[in-house]
This record gives sequence, C-alpha cells and structure tokens, in this order.
Amino acid sequence: MSESRQRIWAPVLILVALIFLWEALVTAFNIQQFLLPKPSAIVGNLVQVVLLDGAVPKEDPVSEISLDNRFIVVVPGEPTPEMQATMQEARWWEFPLGARRVSVLRGSNLTPILAASWFTLKEALGGMAMGTLAGIAVALATTRWSATREALLPFAIAANSMPIIAFAPIMNNWFGIDNPFSKMAIVTVMIFFPIMINTLRGLISVDNRSLELMRSYAASDSEILFKLRIPNALPSLFSGLKVAGALAMIGAIVGEYFGGPRIALGVFITQEAALFRFASAWAAILVACLIGISIYLVILLAERLALPWHPTFRA
Amino acid sequence: MTGPVVVLENVDMIFGEGAADQVHALKEIDLQIEQNDFISLIGPSGCGKSTLLRVVGDLIQPTSGIATINGKSARQARLDQDYGIVFQAATLYDWRNVAKNVQLPLELMQFSRTEKDRRTQAMLELVELTDFAGHYPWQLSGGMQQRVAIARALSFEPSILLMDEPFGALDEMTRERLNLELLNIWRKTNTTVLFVTHSITEAVFLSTRVIVMSARPGRITADIEIDLPQPRNAETRSNVRFFELETEVREALRISEGGQENSRAPA
Ligand SMILES: Nc1ncnc2c1ncn2[C@@H]1O[C@H](COP(=O)(O)OP(=O)(O)OP(=O)(O)O)[C@@H](O)[C@H]1O
Ligand SMILES: [Mg+2]
Repeated sequence: MSESRQRIWAPVLILVALIFLWEALVTAFNIQQFLLPKPSAIVGNLVQVVLLDGAVPKEDPVSEISLDNRFIVVVPGEPTPEMQATMQEARWWEFPLGARRVSVLRGSNLTPILAASWFTLKEALGGMAMGTLAGIAVALATTRWSATREALLPFAIAANSMPIIAFAPIMNNWFGIDNPFSKMAIVTVMIFFPIMINTLRGLISVDNRSLELMRSYAASDSEILFKLRIPNALPSLFSGLKVAGALAMIGAIVGEYFGGPRIALGVFITQEAALFRFASAWAAILVACLIGISIYLVILLAERLALPWHPTFRA
Repeated sequence: MTGPVVVLENVDMIFGEGAADQVHALKEIDLQIEQNDFISLIGPSGCGKSTLLRVVGDLIQPTSGIATINGKSARQARLDQDYGIVFQAATLYDWRNVAKNVQLPLELMQFSRTEKDRRTQAMLELVELTDFAGHYPWQLSGGMQQRVAIARALSFEPSILLMDEPFGALDEMTRERLNLELLNIWRKTNTTVLFVTHSITEAVFLSTRVIVMSARPGRITADIEIDLPQPRNAETRSNVRFFELETEVREALRISEGGQENSRAPA
C-alpha cells in the first residue's frame, strides 16, 4: 500500500518541482512572455486567487493594481468599485482566512477554453468511437479469411506508419471546414490502424495448444471466436486503445489548426498565438494535455475492469 | 460397443516431409485398443508418444495409414466429443478462473447449469482445489495447474481419455493418490485410457497393457500385457508379479534404446 502511494507521489513531487523551477528561471532571466510565459501567468488565464488584505500598507494605490490574468493577486485594503464588480462577476467562491479574505475567480479565458475543449473532445471521442468500431470489425472479419488477411496486413502496417494527419486539409475540404465530422474523419482514420492491427494480432496469436484443446471438444468456429480468440485479444485491444487515446486529441486539434469553427480548441490556440497572447494559448494547450491524460486514465480504468484476470494487475 | 475402441493401421507420421530436417516421428504403427483398456505408452524422449496421442485425437493427420476410433474415423470421433485430452502442458485459459476452466468443456457441450456446477464441484474436490476455485491460472503452481487440466478432462466423462504425462509435474504423494482416483474413474465410467508416462512404476501400476516405443523412427518395440489383479491398490505394489513386470518393461526399454544405437552404427 505505502509502496503504491510512493509510486504516485514521486512523479507529483517532481512535477511540482519542475513547475517552480520554470517559474523561477523565467523570472530570474527575465524571459519574454511570448517566448515562454510563466506557469503562473498560464494558470492565471484559467483561475485567479485574489487575496484581499487590509493589513498590507497601501504603498500602491489600489486603483493601479490590476487583476489582469495573474494567478495570485494581493489587493491591499478595499478593492475599487470596478475591481469589486469584476470580482463579483467571476467569483467562484470566497472564504475568510484569518483577518483576510480569499476570493477564487474564474480566469478570463476559462469559459472560452472549456467551451472549445468540449467541442474538440466531442470530435476526438466521436472519431475514436468510429475508428475503434471499424478497427475491431475489420479485425474480426479478417480473422476468418486468412488469405484476405495475409493480403491486407502489409498495407495496414504500411498505412499505420503514414502521417495520416497530412490528410487533414483534404478532409476539411471533403466534409466542410466547420463540420465537426471533418475532424472526426481524421481521428477515425488515424485510430483505425493501431486498433485494427492490435486487435487482429490478439485474435490470431492464439496459443496452438489452446486451439487444439478447443478442437478436441469439437468447438465450432464461433465458439472458438468467443471463448478463445476474443478474450485472448482483449489485452492487445487495450494496448491499441491507449495508443488511440493519445492520437485522438492530436488528430482533432491538429485538424483544427488547418481550419475550423471559432469555438474549436485548435482554432483558439492558433488565433491566440497569432495575436501574441501566448499565455492563453499555453492555457488552452494545458487543458488539452489534461484531457489527453484523462482519456488515458479512463482507458486504464476500463482495462482493469475488463481484465481482472490479467497478471499485470496482481494485487 | 463390442469392437476395438482404437485401431491404428500402418500409421506413419513424417514432419516436414522432403525437407533436409524431416522427422520420421511415427513409423508403421499398428495398434489395437479394446474397450476398457488402460494403455500406457513409454519410451525415450522424442520417440513420438505425444505425436501418437495427437494422431489418435485427430489433432494432426498422419502422413499415411488409418486411425479408426469407436468404429468411425478419428475426425468423426472428435466431432462426437469422444475425447478428453490432458496435454503435457496444462493449457489453461488465463482469463478463466479455476472453476471456469474446469467448466469449459461442460459449457461447450451444453450441460445444464446445475449439472455444470455439480460436476465442477466434484472435480475440484477430486483434485483438491476447492479452495482455489476463484483463483486465476497465474496464481497457481505448475502442479496445481496440471490438476485443473486433469479435472477439466474428466469433467464430461469422455469415452476415451488421452493423457500426456498428466502427473509429471506432481509430487509423489499427490501422484499416487491421483493414480488411484484415475483408476476409480476408469473402472466406474467405462473409459478407455491412453496414457503417456516416463515412469515404469506408474505404467505397470495403472495399465492393462504397456506399449514400449523406440525413437527415430518412432516404432512400437514391445507390447506387454499387465496381468496384475484388478482392482489395483496399495497391495498391488508389493505383489511379486509387479516387480517381474517392472523388470520386463525396463528390459524392453533398454533393448529399444540399445537397438537404436545398433541400427545407427553401420550407417
Ligand atoms: N509439429 C511438429 N513439427 C515438427 N516436428 C515435430 C512436431 N511435433 C513433434 N515433432 C518431432 O517429432 C518427434 C516426436 O515428438 P513427440 O513430441 O511425439 O515426442 P515425445 O515422445 O512426446 O517426447 P517427450 O517424452 O519428450 O514428450 C520429435 O523429434 C519432434 O521433434
Ligand atoms: Mg511428449
């Protein structure tokens, strides 16, 4: 138990240390914001923490302190009415901290980034569902006809190493640049090959003795499929799904780099970058990364539930 | 049924025929096994015992010759689910726990749920794995895995049991106990057993006939009737005849291996 806790905490500590180092280095070397924003500036686009502290001496006039996408803002004394109004509007929650008050605000770019993420996530998941279904279907179909399989497999393996994302402008042209289906199509094609190849490998790489056992019971082809091949293929299907999960967000976002509706994450990132608002571009990238990690974790969880027998999950 | 259960006529099995490294695994095998026979196959490693079992079970087709099982082709016998096979390796399904592995043939043969559960329970008791019903194969020792495989093969009472060194991975005590249990089942169920072993003692103790094979090419070199009284039990082992038969089998094995040396020398 303590060992698994250690396994979780070690990377978290390293991550936190790296973020502090990043913040410190950018500050120390005075690196320009458009080259590399501080982590606090990036997060400030999503969340702001305002510390209202009456005890701090009023060196700066309150009116000169701006909230301006900073992560942590200390406001001495009472905020100005305008600031009060902004905070009112964006407030998530507020709580007292001793004599002070802490106010947690939604960052100015949180809403557009979340809306864009949701839009892009739907594209990614839609494409993933279609690609997975198609990959499994083709794998199942070709298990039966080994001649077809032998003929098709080299093409599938070759296709798997192609940069399918290069087709993104073509898909945009085929399905319409604002149509989410154009991005789903890219994701579908990108995901199809790893799913298909992994599933097929699991379906056909059945131990010869296991197959002979089935034959000795005069099991039919469909019994062999359901009781032997499919369970045997599940672990490699999940390996395929993990690859696919990472590809899905890449496919959708990069697809949007070539054009899409304003509310798409890829479009948001390119536009913010074009306007030199790099901190908010970074914030959107951060959210995309978190979504990618979440997809991976969901697949990991599903794998544990589906394969309780697998020795890698031994207690 | 009155006729012989297994008839092999002039069976030859050549792996990779024509290739430089072809293996003549079985040569001119003629064998007849009667109903309720308990036949042990014994011979040096690589002499074709497993191959012979696989030909009888229709898992491979012989290069030439005919296998007739219960008066029909080996293939038809397989389709009629006449065989229960225990392979040299346990061959359990990783995704099924112990109970589910034992149930596999029962599921395929459409046994009712209650019958399935009853038989699984009985078989797990037989191999003393009741407490491990919910364990997965990787949680078992090699000997435990082999016991699951034995339970699986016995669960549906096949008319022919093909067992390839089923007790090889077991400790002496378990082995002797399962020997007796196997004889019990064999007596009760009209099963015909074809049993591969490396142990002369085991072969003599269990069998009605011991077949001795030689290697390269795999041939039957002796066919020894074991005329010990039935049922076999602890006393059988102290029977004078038991030692005589052991000696006879050992001698036959020695000759079969020696003969192989001789036949190689002049070439
Ligand atoms: N599928 C196969 N392809 C090629 N050669 C094979 C095949 N199966 C068995 N052989 C060869 O046939 C010979 C007999 O093998 P077999 O497995 O029947 O021996 P065995 O008597 O069971 O030996 P052991 O006691 O070690 O299990 C061996 O030389 C082996 O290499
Ligand atoms: Mg063998």
